[in-house]
Amino acid sequence: MSKRIIIDPLTRIEGHLRVEVVVDENNIIKEAYSGSTLWRGLETIVKGRDPRDAGFLTQRICGVCTFSHYRAGIIAVENALGITPPLNAVLTRTLMNAALYMHDHPVHFYQLHGLDFVDVVSALSADVKKASDEAFKYTDIPYATGADKLLEVQQRLKTFVDKGNLGPFANAYYGHATYRFTPEQNLIALSHYLECLRIQRTIAQAMAIFGAKNPHPQSLTVGGVTCVMDLLDPSRMAEYMTKFQEVADFINRAYYPDLIMAAKAYSKEASVLNDVGVNNFYTEREFQVSSDEWLFESGIIRNGDLSKVEEVDEAKITEEATRAWYADNEALHPYDGKTNPNYTGLIDGESIDDKGNMVHSKVFDTKGKYSWIKAPRYENLPMQVGPLANILVNYAKGNKIVVEAVDSFLKATNLPVKALMSTLGRTGARAIEAKIIADHGLKAFNSLVENLKTDESTCATYVIDKNKEYKGRFIGSAPRGALSHWCRIKNGVIENWQAVVPSTWNASPKDANGVGGSYEQCLIGMKLADVKQPLEVIRAIHSYDPCIACAVHVMDTKGNNLSEYKVNVNL
Amino acid sequence: MSDLDIFNRRLDALEKLPLLKNEISISKALEQSGFSRRDFMKWASAMTAFLALPASFTPVVARAAELSDRLPVIWLHMAECTGCSESLLRTDAPTIDSLIFDHISLEYHETIMNAAGWQAEHNLEAAMEKYKGRYILMVEGGIPTGNTEHFLTIGPHGKTGKQIAQQACDNALAIFAIGTCSAFGGIQAARPNPSNSVGLSKVTNKTVINVPGCPPSEKNIIGNVIHYILYQTLPALDAYNRPKWAYALRIHDLCERRGRFDAGEFVQQFGDEGAKKGYCLYKVGCKGPYTFNNCSKERFNQHTSWPVQAGHGCIGCSEPDFWDTMGPFEEVMAGRLFDTVYGLGADNISDKIGIGVLCVTGVAVAAHAVIASLEKNKD
Repeated sequence: MSKRIIIDPLTRIEGHLRVEVVVDENNIIKEAYSGSTLWRGLETIVKGRDPRDAGFLTQRICGVCTFSHYRAGIIAVENALGITPPLNAVLTRTLMNAALYMHDHPVHFYQLHGLDFVDVVSALSADVKKASDEAFKYTDIPYATGADKLLEVQQRLKTFVDKGNLGPFANAYYGHATYRFTPEQNLIALSHYLECLRIQRTIAQAMAIFGAKNPHPQSLTVGGVTCVMDLLDPSRMAEYMTKFQEVADFINRAYYPDLIMAAKAYSKEASVLNDVGVNNFYTEREFQVSSDEWLFESGIIRNGDLSKVEEVDEAKITEEATRAWYADNEALHPYDGKTNPNYTGLIDGESIDDKGNMVHSKVFDTKGKYSWIKAPRYENLPMQVGPLANILVNYAKGNKIVVEAVDSFLKATNLPVKALMSTLGRTGARAIEAKIIADHGLKAFNSLVENLKTDESTCATYVIDKNKEYKGRFIGSAPRGALSHWCRIKNGVIENWQAVVPSTWNASPKDANGVGGSYEQCLIGMKLADVKQPLEVIRAIHSYDPCIACAVHVMDTKGNNLSEYKVNVNL
Repeated sequence: MSDLDIFNRRLDALEKLPLLKNEISISKALEQSGFSRRDFMKWASAMTAFLALPASFTPVVARAAELSDRLPVIWLHMAECTGCSESLLRTDAPTIDSLIFDHISLEYHETIMNAAGWQAEHNLEAAMEKYKGRYILMVEGGIPTGNTEHFLTIGPHGKTGKQIAQQACDNALAIFAIGTCSAFGGIQAARPNPSNSVGLSKVTNKTVINVPGCPPSEKNIIGNVIHYILYQTLPALDAYNRPKWAYALRIHDLCERRGRFDAGEFVQQFGDEGAKKGYCLYKVGCKGPYTFNNCSKERFNQHTSWPVQAGHGCIGCSEPDFWDTMGPFEEVMAGRLFDTVYGLGADNISDKIGIGVLCVTGVAVAAHAVIASLEKNKD
């Protein structure tokens, strides 16, 4: 007898996400569906506006990837108008992007995803001295894990637990059969959880030095950047460098070693291995650190075959909506996409609740449409994007920095490269990516300082000819993977806009061929220890770092008034 | 009776309320999180100044913060980008500001809570029932309505965002619309508003305190709660239900580049010589003269910077419908001034005159500067 489990809201992510799985009598997942339950229509709203405003509007796609869509919106317009921003502007954007990644990845691990790996309560029974020694197994210079520090953390936790109050740690699935850390390892991770709360504030400040504020920085403009006074002020520059180094130190001595610890501890836990999801990987070039050098290159791997890497052909990207709540189903290139909302809603059904009872619920219409997220495809194939795709493609391409980082991770964990293709690998690849940026991001800083000695320009000048039509795009990466924005400008205003974002690729519903995206595919075949506590599902989905506001977007090339579409609200 | 006495009597009353079950007091939490009493008093004195109270009120503000754990908080996510939560929880954690919400009595918050799915829905229902009439409601995001109400559903029962927000409003002690989306509909409500999103005040009959900004600073969020605890009444509000203590002044009034404006020194183009010298950004579109908020005084990320310091003009993000009325953001308002929503309500006349005068002054000053420079060149 199959049973449906609904997880809605799927918390500790950005946005509104629902996942439904159907398990058989052995608690093995036979079917999986992921869908977003919110639509805002930002790309419709951008239309008809001044192209110079596009970046500010697209930025509001997401307050988490708070720099990614801002920069993408600005660069798409620059690309359309044929503007080349000065090198100073390009490198400043790289430094802000580095701050974003160095914020996003550790916070995702500790505050959002880590509790899927760390059994906080178990840390209470840790031997503090043993834990302090344990930390040296993963790095020569451990971070905040001296015996006195760990004792303090443990006592703090004890007071929380004794009072019956777990604060932010309440209501998790503690004691779940698939937790694999020893009490000592849990205590180390908990100490770093608390340190991360502090350090993430520092790196947000680093972005704000050039960006005015975080979230939603405000110093990019079509043609360049506006923070010229900060760039010409050595004390502001030093402030950035100091904060960067402080956080890089945390990444190298706490975050990265913790991932080695996790990779070793979880190397026998079936629910985090062998579930790569979609095994086609796609990534885009990112992190320009000098006039002609990037940290990561673009490429595509098909069927998990690391012996071949293809160059990306942007003409092969399409989006379709057979199973998404839009009227036009066919696969179209983003420049020509059509999207009119066609909400058909949830339907009456039954699912198992957290007490184990079958209860009436609203469920996905799995035979019809069930998500606000469209299905992007590359030559008709679903792709997995994100740090894992980025690391694998660059590893396969022989990118020197990446090969070195991956090899040393594999050596430290005793894992084969194939093991990266899993939930654990996605989480590990994110730490590898963060480490590479921490270790090499300041190259951009040094290039900037050098360049500023002879060149103070920060903005290119341009004109927008109202009689001309323009077409341009941004292609690059965000912390969650490959990101592209596509725009057309006509009569001096935006005629068309479309964003193809990382979470759209990964969270895609099924397409016309019945093939789902990576969230759905990675869940099929997974065995749950307890259907009332679907921790394995949550852990796998969290490993993608879902960003659902980003993933939900729409464009309407016909200029229809969307608000006039009739929606059956009784569904 | 002096204000101090009134506050203390209110706090005495609050103190008699039971601690929320299973919660620890904020003083304990502070202690456990490594904050000394001295750190806490430093924060309290900064907050006192922020609320424009005399320094002698610092102990009262500290006590109010300590008693905030008698007030459960429910935070709802509607149609939004999570930037407001990020502002409060990401950039500032774990300072005392966030501790108050993050670690003490936050009953429901989708971005940070561990519970998911059914458990999350139960948490919300249980909190609304258990603390009926006693919880503080904070809502982030616009709310889809009309025949597109179902564009947002939450939970296994597929309730709409509007239904959940209305239910939560009905039994709340005080309601705060956090951010421009919740206050005025925000970006999703910008033309053509395809999801028919509205601000929170449009779906409830109860008074909603608007805390706009995209995002608002964490101090404006926390300050309002402290203010509410102290006065036990809603703060004085402007025509858009924004607390006057935080939104009474224009960005322009306390701007660090104000002297440049008065001197007629303007950036003509981003990246020019004026930009390097910190000239006024009015002519590249700064909306500071039309925007009511305390950014120029408080800045962001622990005073690290703010848009004008980073060389970009204000875009007016705490004003209603700013996406439609303030754009293009990098052009002067000048001629389009009176097409905006300015002037609704009590401040009508003075605002129009104020802005009119300012605009004329600005243009005149700019013109003067141009003429002066032309004449100089002639010499």
